[in-house]
Amino acid sequence: MEFARDQWYVAAHGVEVGRDLLARTVLGEPLVLYRTGAGEAVALADRCVHRRFPLSQSRLDGDTVVCGYHGFTYDPTGACVFVPGQQRIPRTARVAAYPVVEQDSLVWVWIGDRERADPATIPRAPWLADPRYAVVRGMAPLDARYGLLVDNLMDLSHETYLHGGYIGTPEVADTPITTEVDEDRGVVHVSRHMDDAECPPFYARSTGIQGRITRWQDIEYHPPCLYLLHSRIAPQGVYPPAEGEDSAAFHAEIVYAITPSTAHSTYDFWAVARDFAVDDESVSAYLHQSNHTVVMQDVAALNVLERVIAAEPERYQELSINIDTGGLAARRLLARLVGSGTVGAPR
Amino acid sequence: MSPGADAPGGGRVYRVHWVPGTDTLRGICHCGAQRLAEEPVALWQWLLDHPRGHHLPTVPAADPTGRQAVPA
Ligand code: FES
Ligand SMILES: [Fe+2]
Ligand SMILES: [Zn+2]
Repeated sequence: MEFARDQWYVAAHGVEVGRDLLARTVLGEPLVLYRTGAGEAVALADRCVHRRFPLSQSRLDGDTVVCGYHGFTYDPTGACVFVPGQQRIPRTARVAAYPVVEQDSLVWVWIGDRERADPATIPRAPWLADPRYAVVRGMAPLDARYGLLVDNLMDLSHETYLHGGYIGTPEVADTPITTEVDEDRGVVHVSRHMDDAECPPFYARSTGIQGRITRWQDIEYHPPCLYLLHSRIAPQGVYPPAEGEDSAAFHAEIVYAITPSTAHSTYDFWAVARDFAVDDESVSAYLHQSNHTVVMQDVAALNVLERVIAAEPERYQELSINIDTGGLAARRLLARLVGSGTVGAPR
Repeated sequence: MSPGADAPGGGRVYRVHWVPGTDTLRGICHCGAQRLAEEPVALWQWLLDHPRGHHLPTVPAADPTGRQAVPA
């Protein structure tokens, strides 16, 4: 499956990047991430120019990375500032430094032609850095191509079958969806509004609602990387007021970043931001544990699916039905991005 | 959400409504043309082919905006 280059991708949650060297491979490009003393996130190519030793297996000295093999030392721009035993530093001694933007608690890197990197085009997930929300988060490495995770997230009817007892109830698979594609902004929306639904444990235990609910799922997919699920949970029959705050409902903003690592592996970054029980640690612990479990149910299923698909001829036969309307739209926008990027690696 | 209307910001928007209580999908092009279908692959093909093919025999759907389902 091909990659969409010339795009921003989440390489890490901000909290993962610190004074230790972090290795991530994004679109097949090995990166090392760290934070300078001043707090700036840095992403460099994770291969020493000398003999290709991974810089992530090395050490930080102040804001520089000292290669763990023979000591070539790189500053945050990727320039080599020291080589062992001699004064002259070869002009070509540098590693690529990737454009980095830390926004909404996520560390985005630009993969592609750096001339085309425009931070203004990074889609937003403001709840993740909003003090009015409590956030739990994680990352699961997936041994499957990223397209399988896109398919998975665009069709939440699978909640009923794969996540029953956690977030799935019969109404999810039973309720018709509305799909919209904003062709110019390149965004897919999928909405499923359940007027009268069973409350799954994920929301019953976290909100304290007893009885049936009105449950809305509004997906916004900003290909290639960012997926937002606006989840509105309210006691059955409670709808947003015509004006003013929707304060009778509980809102969870569920964010996924789908970052291709290699052709057959993907980083599944996830976060759940909520506007209720924000100070209740036990709710945070419960939602963290539950969403982790749900993500791992997807990971297990997609890892199996990857092995099956990888063993089949390229154009395996599929059958799409109504629930796949949004997934098909997402695939097309992704294919468009794959087709429009620059070709080859930036070096 | 009015059929055939453009998004805020003026984007071209394609919409597919799953008609409640049925297995039918209603596709609405940004030009206002509509079509019913029983599965999404052919429906997307028809939508994305705008405006070509809008004149092909379709299940004519009443357009709430009063516009005709004809090529733009
Ligand atoms: S491989 Fe890095 S200094 Fe030799
Ligand atoms: Fe899932
Ligand atoms: Zn049209």
